[in-house]
Amino acid sequence: MHEFSIASAVVDTAVRHAAGRRVTVVTVRCGRLRQVVPDSLEFAFGILSRETVCEGARLEQEVVPARLRCSACDHEFEIDLPVFRCAACASTDVEVLTGEELEVESIEVSEEASCIA
Amino acid sequence: MHRVRVRVVEDALDANNTIARANRDDFDRHGVTVVNVMSAPGAGKTTILERILRDGVGDLRVGVLEGDVQGSLDADRLAHLHVPVTQLNTGSGFGGECHLDANMVRSALPSVPLDEIDLLIVENVGNLVCPAEFHIGEDARIMVASVAEGDDKPGKYPLMFRTCELVVVNKIDLLEHVDFSMERFDGFLDAVHPGVDRMRMSARTGEGVGALRDWLVRLPDRAAAPA
Repeated sequence: MHEFSIASAVVDTAVRHAAGRRVTVVTVRCGRLRQVVPDSLEFAFGILSRETVCEGARLEQEVVPARLRCSACDHEFEIDLPVFRCAACASTDVEVLTGEELEVESIEVSEEASCIA
Repeated sequence: MHRVRVRVVEDALDANNTIARANRDDFDRHGVTVVNVMSAPGAGKTTILERILRDGVGDLRVGVLEGDVQGSLDADRLAHLHVPVTQLNTGSGFGGECHLDANMVRSALPSVPLDEIDLLIVENVGNLVCPAEFHIGEDARIMVASVAEGDDKPGKYPLMFRTCELVVVNKIDLLEHVDFSMERFDGFLDAVHPGVDRMRMSARTGEGVGALRDWLVRLPDRAAAPA
């Protein structure tokens, strides 16, 4: 559901960086903790990019695993379920290393100028 | 025609976060502490506000920003409580955004009497997913869950339950009528957000409302303290 909100932000970011050039690929990195459904994001991106320089662009998505580090015993581990507790010593004093990303990593643009802003 | 790759590496929500910081600067300049109240539709946010505002929040002058997709039903309910209420609709007619974002809040700020209040309570659009993504310049977030929704919600909506400073379990007067285990709820909550502040209440009967009022009274001091 929030994929539409996120796709809208992704399109805005890509359009800004494209500076008028036609965008062919948008690459995003989504951390697993953001609960983004890739198919839904792609669907929303396809609709929201219409009539922008991103229209027809391919959305490439890299899903970043959720990795935590335990502050008590330094154990580093990956989680598949939202359980923020050390897998080794059960401490709840854990730090999120990766998995909260929601970034536009890069765009591919064609040098041929486009007139659509 | 040749293609070039442009490195961006920018948080997709950067634009929102920039506006949220501008909101925050405005709030700080006026000495206003802001709390963002989020929940599923029907969890009781407005009833909680009615209870809280009826007897006031200590000496704090309170204002309310009501976020709704459509209409002013919630703002109307609060109108008789003699606090400034600003209605913010995210859409017009029959549809609209399912959350408040920083820009919507910014557009409503000219209607909020920041000079006359100390605490601004923002009632977000009822939704357990999207509001969690969008900072609006708040000092703290309160997540309201009602027992009628089930005790597994923190496990299903971890982002929402992780991005708040306080979890309020409302409608505890219904506990005997629903299959809700407080122990199970706390177990899910401790898994996704260990140690988060929590309280239980019934906005309908008034039980437990005092604890939330005290939490709000202390919020400006906590927000001002260095992290």
